[in-house]
Amino acid sequence: MKKLLASTAVMLALGLPALAQDYTPDPAAKAGGTITVTYKDDVATLDPAIGYDWQNWSMIKSLFDGLMDYVPGTTELRPGLAESYEITPDGLAYTFKLRAGVKFHNGREMTAEDVKYSLDRVTNPETQSPGAGFFGAIAGFENAGAGGLSGVEVVDPSTVKITLSRPDATFLHVMALNFASVVPKEAVDEAGADFGKKPVGTGAFKLAEWTLGQRLVFEKNADYWRAGVPFLDSVVFEVGQEPVVALLRLQNGEVDVPGDGIPPAKFMEVMGDPAQAAQVVQGGQLQTGYITLNVKTPPFDKLEVRKAVNMAINKERITQIINGRAIPATQPLPPSMPGYTEGYAGFAYDPDGAKALLAEAGLADGFETELYVMNTDPNPRIAQAIQQDLAAIGITANIQNLAQANVIEAGGAGTAPMIWSGGMAWIADFPDPSNFYGPILGCAGAGDGGWNWSKFCDEALDAKAVAADSMFDPSMSADRLKAWSDVYMGVMEQAPWVPVFNEERYTMKSPRMGGEDALYVDPVSIPVNYDYVWVKE
Amino acid sequence: MAGYLLRRLIQSALILLGVSFVTFFLLYVLPADPVRQIAGRSATAETVENIRQQLGLDKPFVVQYARYMGALVQGDMGRSYLQKTEVAELIWSRLPATLLLMLGAITCELVLGLTMGIAAALWRGKTVDQVLMMTSFVTVSAPQFVVSLLLLYVFAVKLGWFPIGGYGTFAHLVLPAVTLGILGSGWYSRMMRSSMIDVLRADYIRTARAKGLTRARVVLRHALPNAILPVIAMIGIDIGIFMGGIVVVESVFGWPGIGQLAWQAIQRVDIPIIMGVTLVSAFAIVLGNLLADLIAPFIDPRITLR
Amino acid sequence: MTDLSADNLPPQGAFARLMRRKLAVLGLFLIALVVGGAAFAPLIAPFDPNDQMFDGLTLEGAPMPPGGQFLLGTDLLGRDLFSRLLYGAQTSLVIGVVANGLALLIGTLVGITAGFFRGWVGAVLMRFTDMMMAFPALLLAICLAAIFQPSLWIVAMVIALVNWVQTARVIYAETSSLATRDFIAAERTLGASTSRILFRHILPHLVPTIIVWGTLGISTTVLLEATLSFLGVGVQPPTPSWGNIIFENQTYFQSAPWLVFVPGAAIILLALAFNLVGDALRDVLDPTQRGRD
Repeated sequence: MKKLLASTAVMLALGLPALAQDYTPDPAAKAGGTITVTYKDDVATLDPAIGYDWQNWSMIKSLFDGLMDYVPGTTELRPGLAESYEITPDGLAYTFKLRAGVKFHNGREMTAEDVKYSLDRVTNPETQSPGAGFFGAIAGFENAGAGGLSGVEVVDPSTVKITLSRPDATFLHVMALNFASVVPKEAVDEAGADFGKKPVGTGAFKLAEWTLGQRLVFEKNADYWRAGVPFLDSVVFEVGQEPVVALLRLQNGEVDVPGDGIPPAKFMEVMGDPAQAAQVVQGGQLQTGYITLNVKTPPFDKLEVRKAVNMAINKERITQIINGRAIPATQPLPPSMPGYTEGYAGFAYDPDGAKALLAEAGLADGFETELYVMNTDPNPRIAQAIQQDLAAIGITANIQNLAQANVIEAGGAGTAPMIWSGGMAWIADFPDPSNFYGPILGCAGAGDGGWNWSKFCDEALDAKAVAADSMFDPSMSADRLKAWSDVYMGVMEQAPWVPVFNEERYTMKSPRMGGEDALYVDPVSIPVNYDYVWVKE
Repeated sequence: MAGYLLRRLIQSALILLGVSFVTFFLLYVLPADPVRQIAGRSATAETVENIRQQLGLDKPFVVQYARYMGALVQGDMGRSYLQKTEVAELIWSRLPATLLLMLGAITCELVLGLTMGIAAALWRGKTVDQVLMMTSFVTVSAPQFVVSLLLLYVFAVKLGWFPIGGYGTFAHLVLPAVTLGILGSGWYSRMMRSSMIDVLRADYIRTARAKGLTRARVVLRHALPNAILPVIAMIGIDIGIFMGGIVVVESVFGWPGIGQLAWQAIQRVDIPIIMGVTLVSAFAIVLGNLLADLIAPFIDPRITLR
Repeated sequence: MTDLSADNLPPQGAFARLMRRKLAVLGLFLIALVVGGAAFAPLIAPFDPNDQMFDGLTLEGAPMPPGGQFLLGTDLLGRDLFSRLLYGAQTSLVIGVVANGLALLIGTLVGITAGFFRGWVGAVLMRFTDMMMAFPALLLAICLAAIFQPSLWIVAMVIALVNWVQTARVIYAETSSLATRDFIAAERTLGASTSRILFRHILPHLVPTIIVWGTLGISTTVLLEATLSFLGVGVQPPTPSWGNIIFENQTYFQSAPWLVFVPGAAIILLALAFNLVGDALRDVLDPTQRGRD
């Protein structure tokens, strides 16, 4: 048995999963104050088992905690409600020791029973959680239902043992997902289906007010188990706010953080004004924008054609169209993701070479196909740039500009030969290379309705991926990342995607906001880490 | 009258039934699977099937429709697929804002439109008329987003006369209502103008003028009541336009109306919300048209209800 | 109190009277300009409307303002706005004139029939109209988009299918009021045929309303087409239409105002031109109404 105590486990560098030193908040941080955050779309739910939107992801992180957590502003794991954990040598059993004295917002102390209840609940099909699939490695997942997960046992009130059916190197990340948040049974039972509107967790904030369709107010949880945080007394979220207007209000001093970032139409104006540009925060994002090529649909079943399309796309120009708010991509993984292959140049922009490849495939005269795209700006514009690049090598791509649900349907059904992923693109659920493979490039997602819109399925690569994910031992993490790097290089050899760019996030904050920039572009607590930001005045 | 009313009420119920059926059918054939939206991107095929069964979406169309209507007559509009909240609660929380904005906007449209229309009719062919006609074309052709944002920018951000969006007080209502009033006034002013000209030419107006009544009295007491009939029909139509959603103005002014709810639901195939909003707005539209038809005889007594 | 002098014009040839009205000539000229621009777009346009030119964007990716190499500037993808407007006129004419005209025709027919004949025919027609009005048109558009290949004719059909409803309601209200007026009753007692009453008395009174709805409808349908394209019905990118140009660029109206205001002005001018001609035509074709603007 290997024991990893949170306080002593310092495994930085490539160490994943490794536990970082706990985070030291800004020493200048002051407690108190209220901030206003805006979002365009309404907050659908605050139920951690259900919420999966841009706007509620970080809200849920502030209301709830899981066994594991991340160091603010980074992708490094740190312990959450678990004080420590042990892994058996075969990697099949995790024993979590819970922190003592952690209280739910309703005042009751959290116990191991709550952890089991929460995991049983999220995997129960009745809950209809969009995150249930992440827990597939837990023993008994196939039979999850009213009876609960057989792999989750309460050893004693402060100890939970989770048994896996296969080793899973990402398991600690899974335990840090919103979906693994610990919820109190009595509050869920009382609220029933309305738990998403009456959330009760252990998080740094609690919900104080919710006027449907208008605003939510989070209030500081004075009993929060992490000492010293949160700094803010309350956070006011205003929803249904057009991003352009949110920015105007920020300029007017009414809003502190525009949750949807700087709208494209305002970007040049803001960056052109030094005073405003100083308030801009830029950060990477675990996101890749790509074009899927349906390998089951001729002529994309030919490797030469897929390579030709890869060579035809002028990624530099596409990033120019979105005002340089992205960097051209060479591979499925974004650069800040562990396992990213440094030094791999990808397919260079080479229209002549692309034409030659098409000729090799017997398509010297080109062909006609369809490019599906979601209808929100800037995606139709990007699709038109792609269309022009393809036209240059003789491919006529007719654009199908549709609502999100229609594009996803066409992608899942395999009727779309090409899809530009923008607006529906993969943003990592957790900072691990495996998260970019299974559902979107692996055989598991290639079935009817799956998110693997290329319908790409290479069993050898799948086997490699499974092998990589069974390297659960932290000492093997370098090997594991190498294995993942190999998997993605294997993918690129077969070119089912055209990786186009990795988006950079640009957001703003009002001058009175304190805390390091990384908190405003937190890669995990997207878009803002409310627990650690503070106000200066 | 009572017979007519009864007949119209029965007809209205049939219309609502028709709307519910066609909408439900369209959502049924729509090639976008709500279960995929619920189950998330990493769901297994079994999970998807399980959720489909729970929601009864694996059943034939007729069964699904019958279930929906069965619950509806008991006052149950179901729960949102994605939010899990009761649809009735979602709609109810937003309906007052929609109705308030509709009331404010129609008032602005009427004030602006009728004034402009009457002025144009009285000074027909003169510069006033031509300028007003131009104005009506400009407002009708103006993109909502641009007008909303311009007014917001000038009157809220620069001059600070009104709050920059939001909901709650009368000051919040002014800008969105005026925006919609300006955008819609062109229809009213043009309708009013042509109707007014028609009435002013009638013999009884000439008689009234000949009797020496003042011009203002003739216009307001004699011409206006007769000229306003087509405008009443316009209001009925307007209700349809408002209930159909004024998403752009709502989102620019941060107005928590039904339009935003419906728009998000359509994008994500949240069938219970789409059905709920459609039925509530259909109800308002049918009611509005019924009222327009009932009011007509009071304004123009020659019209009889048959 | 009002200027009635036009009533006293001596009767002359229809064409001469039409030409007498300078505004009508102006209207005809504008329409000819748009139709000509649309028809001869390939000859007139300085650039390919879909060519995303390298020098059409600044290095930061901002569009070029009017003047210089590009007469009306470029759009967000570096395409020449003037060329796109010319080609866009083709789409917008079909939508604004054909589809809108069809909607107007259906609406007028339904409205007159229901308002004049009333009875069960009228009741059925108007209840059907109410139902169409209560029905979510956008949902219908999304379904059609998913079922059919998007095309200009699908969007024209959707617009005709959706837009006749309002016209029908208004025409119905006016007709039912007219049908009860004294002079109609007088005609009836004099033994005038139904068709004579309809065409000589009812229809002429409805012409002003029809012109209002027809001309304002040009603007609204051209803009509606953009919404429908957004939902996947109708012309798809990169095919330009005036509505699309506005729709694609409207959030940029502060940094690139020409992208919104130039196509906006084009729509207004087209609608206005039809209005001028419509007014003049009414004077010419209907002697009893002559002089009404």
